[in-house]
Amino acid sequence: MSQDKKQKGRMVQQNAPETAEKLEEKEYSILNLGPSHPATHGVFQNILKMDGEIIVDSEPTIGYIHRAFEKLAERRPYNQITPITDRLNYCSSPINNMGWHMTVEKLIKAELPKRVQYMRVIIMELSRIADHLVCNSVIGVDAGALTGFVYVFEEREKIYEIFESICGARLTTNIGRIGGFERDFTDVTWAKLKKFMKEFPAVLKEFEKLLVRNRIFMDRTIGAGAISAERALNYSFTGPNLRAAGVDYDVRVMNPYSSYEDFKFDIPIGTNGDTYDRFMVREHEIWESYSIIQQAIEKIEAIPTKEFHADVPEFYLPPKEEVYNNMEALIYHFKIVMGETDIPKGEIYHAVEGGNGELGFYLISDGGRQPYRLHFRRPCFIYYQAYPEMIRGNMLSDAIVTMSSMNVIAGELDA
Amino acid sequence: MDTVLKDSNIKVVGAPAGIEGPGFMATSLDKVVGMARKNSLWPLPFATSCCGIEFMATMAAHYDLGRFGAERLSFSPRQADLLMVMGTIAKKMAPILKQVYLQMAEPRWVLSMGACASSGGIFDTYSVLQGIDRIIPVDVYVPGCPPRPEQVIDGILKIQDLVQNESIRRRETPQYKAMLAQYGIE
Amino acid sequence: MEDILPVIEKKLRETFDADILSAEMAGDFPVFTIKKDKIIDVVKFLYDDAEMQFRFLTDLCGVHFPDNKGHELGVIYHLHNMRRNWRIRLRVFFALNDATVPTLTTVFSGANWMERETYDFYGITFKGHPNLKRILNVDDLGGFPMLKEYPLEDPTRDDKDDKFFGR
Repeated sequence: MSQDKKQKGRMVQQNAPETAEKLEEKEYSILNLGPSHPATHGVFQNILKMDGEIIVDSEPTIGYIHRAFEKLAERRPYNQITPITDRLNYCSSPINNMGWHMTVEKLIKAELPKRVQYMRVIIMELSRIADHLVCNSVIGVDAGALTGFVYVFEEREKIYEIFESICGARLTTNIGRIGGFERDFTDVTWAKLKKFMKEFPAVLKEFEKLLVRNRIFMDRTIGAGAISAERALNYSFTGPNLRAAGVDYDVRVMNPYSSYEDFKFDIPIGTNGDTYDRFMVREHEIWESYSIIQQAIEKIEAIPTKEFHADVPEFYLPPKEEVYNNMEALIYHFKIVMGETDIPKGEIYHAVEGGNGELGFYLISDGGRQPYRLHFRRPCFIYYQAYPEMIRGNMLSDAIVTMSSMNVIAGELDA
Repeated sequence: MDTVLKDSNIKVVGAPAGIEGPGFMATSLDKVVGMARKNSLWPLPFATSCCGIEFMATMAAHYDLGRFGAERLSFSPRQADLLMVMGTIAKKMAPILKQVYLQMAEPRWVLSMGACASSGGIFDTYSVLQGIDRIIPVDVYVPGCPPRPEQVIDGILKIQDLVQNESIRRRETPQYKAMLAQYGIE
Repeated sequence: MEDILPVIEKKLRETFDADILSAEMAGDFPVFTIKKDKIIDVVKFLYDDAEMQFRFLTDLCGVHFPDNKGHELGVIYHLHNMRRNWRIRLRVFFALNDATVPTLTTVFSGANWMERETYDFYGITFKGHPNLKRILNVDDLGGFPMLKEYPLEDPTRDDKDDKFFGR
């Protein structure tokens, strides 16, 4: 059956006219897949030129949620930029926060204790699980399968509760500080985390039973929106989309940060680069993230001390008891809050593996309390430009499933 | 019906105040229409950014919004009653929001969810519209960044209060038309 | 990464000696400043060469240094050699009235939108780009927002009182 689909896919592509003369002969209808979409993809527009049900060409328009992050970041001191980074890929905002903090720590050359790095790994992998859960369930919703969405969002609630017990917020977390965390994980957090780790595999297996070997889902998604590895690399794809095309590039392995080299995990890759491969790569990455969190919990329990931040007094606020009693701490507190800290000059590029790929921060500091230039290398923005090529020759319903499988988050697209 | 539900803890919407008798009940039309409308609001989720994800969490099983009658999300403005604007509206998006609002049929209500939709939020920049009430009239504002699902449900309950107590002639009154004219809407 | 700077510099100077204006380390990245007109040849050389193999374009962005007279605007390229895990940065600088750079879309398709974004923010034109128009801002914005003299806030807004916001 799937062979017939591939056959159909190839036949469909042969029908897509290649020359301009053939384009003049036929009359194409123009369909506006407008900025106001059903459900949750965010705001971007595609004007499709269609030959019946088959897409001949498309022109994307973005910028409907451009909030000028880069300009805003030039006006804010370093610790006030974290809430902005939250709103880049808001499904996995802790990864963005940690990435920003690591960039600044690279600039000020701060060394973090292992325990803090492992805590960061737990938070980042939890948010990666949350992001992939949203993406996979929304692929199901767009293909018509709403049950998986409801199951999976209950697990997301549990992750939200863990974040809430650490930093107070569910979605846009502003978690951590430059140098570590604002307080140690409490017993409540550990209890919630362990409960989540115990109950999650059963729910994920239930979700997989619904979709992974589902005849209808496989027919909808195999062959839809395929891209080859050479084209993907030429378009600067990163993340699960590139791994589905067959290239095993993962920033956690290529340029390890925050002690990822101490963990043992696999990188799942696909073969065709189509929607089904992207779905399966994300499924397997959820299992890998789960195993990383388990390893991190064991490693933290093996460390006897309880530190939760590095020793960077110029950037990390001292505890209040010391501020009221100790002269040095009072001066540091004053300097940090009033923005009198000396920040070294430099040019730093640091990348982390976000939910969608290589999220890079390019920071130029001129010694002032605000960055001189901060540029976000946003993976969504870069790989979405390949969308017209991916859907050419496919049908409209394939285009919808392709878009949701690419996990395009509007905040990261426009920034 | 009463005997079956007397001992359960399911709250059923009560009948409005009126004159009852064997086989009939007389009350004012406003109350009946208000009760019917408030318990069957069909929202149009105009989700642009992070608040949209919190809305997804509100619609999911944990904080189920379907309990209040909002089970059927409508993405077509013609079939929706409540426009929920969730997330930052940039100046590029503003004409589209206005067009969606214009396509909705009366009676229509607008709920602005989140700080960005209410006032521009933390994005006081050249490209962000500082609040959707610059282009469309808003009934309820839900502050927060993003608001917790409980806050969103509270906003929906306030909309329900407005819907229940609204007179059925309100949309034809000259004051309403004058308010719409302020926004340039006929 | 300090040890790869001499290797790459030697290779580049063999072919492009006059066009490499500087080669240094910035943080942990080798950084090369190239003459504006030769940037595409340099990138293509780094792409094709069997030893260099910089086949991945990580990022492309613009910068504005209003104090460097004659070199106010710049375009920064980040390249990545995945096989050997080498990352480098290339920079080109030019004056405000000379803001035209050849396009990189002939080498990397991914540079298409990155260059449109740089045009949208800084007004740098990319010669040979298939579709150079604004991508993130509204089409009639009139001005290039990331230049340092452009204001962050919308000057026509009347609901926010600047004296309370510390501006």
